[in-house]
Amino acid sequence: MRDDARLHMLGGLMPINRQKRSLLPLSCEGLCFDAGGMRLLGPVDLTLAPGRITVVMGHNGAGKSLLLGLLHGLRAPSAGTVRWSTRDSGDTLRRRQAMVFQKPVLLRRSVAANVDFALKTRGRPDPDRRDALLAHVGLSHLAARPARKLSGGEQQRLSLARALATEPEILFLDEPTASLDPASVRAIEDIVFAAHDAGTKIVFVTHDLGQARRLADEIVFLHDGRVAEQTLASTFFDKPRSAAALAYLEGRLPL
Amino acid sequence: MQQETSAIWLALEMVLTGEHDLIEIVGLSLQVSLTATTLACAIGLPVGALLAILRFPGRGPLLVLVNALMGLPPVVVGLLVYLALSRSGPLGFLGLLYTPSAMIIAQTILIAPIVAALSRQVLEDLHGEYADQFRSFGLGPIQTISALLWDGRYALLTVALAGFGRAVAEVGAVIIVGGNIDHLTRVMTTAIALETSKGNLALALALGIVLLSLALIVNALVYGLRLTATRAAYA
Repeated sequence: MRDDARLHMLGGLMPINRQKRSLLPLSCEGLCFDAGGMRLLGPVDLTLAPGRITVVMGHNGAGKSLLLGLLHGLRAPSAGTVRWSTRDSGDTLRRRQAMVFQKPVLLRRSVAANVDFALKTRGRPDPDRRDALLAHVGLSHLAARPARKLSGGEQQRLSLARALATEPEILFLDEPTASLDPASVRAIEDIVFAAHDAGTKIVFVTHDLGQARRLADEIVFLHDGRVAEQTLASTFFDKPRSAAALAYLEGRLPL
Repeated sequence: MQQETSAIWLALEMVLTGEHDLIEIVGLSLQVSLTATTLACAIGLPVGALLAILRFPGRGPLLVLVNALMGLPPVVVGLLVYLALSRSGPLGFLGLLYTPSAMIIAQTILIAPIVAALSRQVLEDLHGEYADQFRSFGLGPIQTISALLWDGRYALLTVALAGFGRAVAEVGAVIIVGGNIDHLTRVMTTAIALETSKGNLALALALGIVLLSLALIVNALVYGLRLTATRAAYA
């Protein structure tokens, strides 16, 4: 799937705006999130470089989704900062990013209208591009169907098409393939690879080891709301540096 | 008893043959209440949407107030509109008292809070589901509200029909500001009240039958809409 034809097609699909100053690297310092007097995340110090596919791993409750929400700006941190390499902030900043949620949030409209909506949020309604995006995620034949009648895998591919419609420079994915069958997982991963090849930074949360091996250039391993380690994937799976990651890889429950 | 029985037959005959007075009264009723429903939606839906997505100091008390206004007694609304429109009132110069316009104003005031309160509930639930996604898209308040109104369209139609049901069935407000003038401001409910007191049971019953049928039709519409929406997973 990472062939030249695909690359070429996506180059046309996702024109990366080169005039603007790049968003990346993204770094956060002392990033914390508290709720109800409990520290759920942090302090986290982390730098995400452009290019690589970053996979965020960790147990349930390690703070993976929370970290994504804070980086994307869905939630305000209790302490610390998220610093992008641009002066944009708020909605302007968020509109250069996109996020795919674990449970797809689809509008009560047709499949095509869901993509149209995303294109319209960027002030660029374009039926041709909508059709190209639907074809890209393999949903052309379902364009007129009510979006919420799709299967789980189809719904998630539609969320991806919608996210790509906004031409994000960075794409956050929060366990998008949890509870999907292998074929659907494969389809989603192919779309993610294609987006990556077209120049979009990927930050992908998963707790599936196989998936992490397939996707990751680097691993950010979270444990108890902190970054236990940030390691290149090539070393991580053989020689994790943290005890928590080692236990995770060996399938042991940490004590 | 015999009188009542013959009145029922007479009423049915009037309904089935489309007796002239009956048609005129039903027509005005629909015109007044549908216009009031449209106006109440034009006011109530944006207010409900704003209340659903905005967080501001005093929001809680305001919600309580709007919810309480749902129970506005029609006669009180009628009285207040009467005072405003009467010749010595602040809006007396408009000369609207005892016209269908006055009745539309009164019913709009009566049901706008219903539309606002019920749509606020519908849209707040919807917003709870969409909020993160919309924030991720970087939507502004206007885009958010219009998307919520569109995606809540089926539930909101039900809200509008609830408002219409309330308007078409109330008698207190329209009788005070309309005056139940024959051929001018006589609607179904005021006519029923008058004809019953006059002993003209046939016309009163005929109107009652139409009013009941209307309630049935409205509810059937609501049910049908819900079904359509659920089938497409749009509800």
